[in-house]
Amino acid sequence: MTTMNREEAQALIEEVLAVYPEKAKKDRAKHLAVNDPALEQSKKCIISNRKSQPGVMTIRGCAYAGSRGVVWGPVKDMVHISHGPVGCGQYSRAGRRNYYVGHTGVDTFGTMNFTSDFQEKDIVFGGDKKLDKLISEINELFPLVKGMTVQSECPIGLIGDDIEAVSKKKGKELEKPIVPVRCEGFRGVSQSLGHHIANDAIRDWVIPNRDGDTSFESTPYDVAILGDYNIGGDAWSSRILFEEMGLRVVAMWSGDGTLSEMELTPKVKLNLVHCYRSINYITRHMEEKYGIPWMEYNLFGPTKIAESLRKIASFFDESIQAKTEKVIEKYQAEYEAVVAKYRPRLEGKRVMLYVGGLRPRHVIGAYEDLGMEVVGTGYEFAHNDDYDRTLKEMGEATLLYDDVTGYEFEEFVKRVKPDLIGSGIKEKYIFQKMGIPFRQMHSWDYSGPYHGYDGFAIFARDMDMTINNPCWGKMQAPWMK
Amino acid sequence: MPNVMIRRNDAGDLLFYVAKKDMEETIASVETDTAESWGGEVRLTDGSCWYIDPVSPPPSFPTTLRFRRGDD
Ligand code: SF4
Repeated sequence: MTTMNREEAQALIEEVLAVYPEKAKKDRAKHLAVNDPALEQSKKCIISNRKSQPGVMTIRGCAYAGSRGVVWGPVKDMVHISHGPVGCGQYSRAGRRNYYVGHTGVDTFGTMNFTSDFQEKDIVFGGDKKLDKLISEINELFPLVKGMTVQSECPIGLIGDDIEAVSKKKGKELEKPIVPVRCEGFRGVSQSLGHHIANDAIRDWVIPNRDGDTSFESTPYDVAILGDYNIGGDAWSSRILFEEMGLRVVAMWSGDGTLSEMELTPKVKLNLVHCYRSINYITRHMEEKYGIPWMEYNLFGPTKIAESLRKIASFFDESIQAKTEKVIEKYQAEYEAVVAKYRPRLEGKRVMLYVGGLRPRHVIGAYEDLGMEVVGTGYEFAHNDDYDRTLKEMGEATLLYDDVTGYEFEEFVKRVKPDLIGSGIKEKYIFQKMGIPFRQMHSWDYSGPYHGYDGFAIFARDMDMTINNPCWGKMQAPWMK
Repeated sequence: MPNVMIRRNDAGDLLFYVAKKDMEETIASVETDTAESWGGEVRLTDGSCWYIDPVSPPPSFPTTLRFRRGDD
């Protein structure tokens, strides 16, 4: 099928919705839309951040996942205690591929799982004593730990444990920040509220730690990278570009991040925001309290990279702006070679995306640099402000689907017949078995980095390797032909 | 009475942001916007109307203020 027009796309949505019972249909209809790039505001066409329908297959996570897994998890020199039963932490352990440097188990703890392993008696009698003991044990076994966070799983909120009191007491006793985080999984409709709760905890327990301490020598070119989780090394391939521009990256959150970097962030001149969804709350707070401006950037694909680097440079003086032009020039031959090699192999291919925080809009430019077209996109847990930012990036009459259900996604794919799907592990095997090339766009399918000029080369190679893989021509058994 | 964060966007317009509601709108008009005070009825580009007792001296943005729904 070639590209659809508005009516056809709308008809497709109606058709997919037809199987639902009346009430579910009414609700789901609000989450599916045909894009109109002329609209300024997404609330005119799509509703998001609502509770998922019972009975449908959604791939959202919980608030605990948003806090423990996304925002806090990558802070490498702290121990993040999964407070509650063992499963929540163990099944999500080390799955996100946020790279870091350090000696795991000595001065960094990123891929380890710490849990209070709740048993029946802890639910009945409360787990505060256990938490107290656990914190002391961790401090004894891992003396280089810089601080801890207590990430509440569902039962903690249900039984009413006072983790704040324990954290305060232990923090004083050990003279290290112990941060209680009330991110019980039942809060909110998705992992998104977990991001917000984690941001609030950072605001209350970390950001003010060095207020009034002027010992840090700052420069006019200090910046912080926020909301880059260093998946497959993404933050590293971004950071080198900023440094070549002449900026000094004081802090990276939270990919390959440390507690002291977070504490120093209020001293920077500009906050660079990569994942708006998961970190905007704290940047807004820092803007209000410390007067630090923030801006969103996008380092996927040479077009967006050049745009973003120039925008960042515009916050600084001419020397930085001149250096930025040099950086873009320096990599020009490199990325042009990538485009020259892969564009002929990928030109005209159509992509459908369904991912999380920022990728459903941010990677569009990188595909376009390779001559590909994104014909459908959607977010697991976006809010309206994310869709506001998406309308302009997507073409006329492309599909938008919010918190798409397993059924809807499959039906859309059957009709749109994209050449590539970019989504997560839960969708991967369904679509591969349907014979459609697939890339995991959460974890970069064990590849990466995809950010920056270095990342673009890897991105292009991966897309080519997936789409043009000979296996897709061999999906049918020879005797069935 | 939501808490509203008011900040300037790149174009210099004032933005009206309510975190709880995911609402980010541009402010179209402010009833009182003088050297002495800022506030009164605040109209947004989506047509909605909000009210705050004039703050004096005018606050420096970004800042968080408590607004009431204005009665139309
Ligand atoms: S919803 Fe609750 S029990 Fe499930 S993973 Fe999240 S915190 Fe754990």
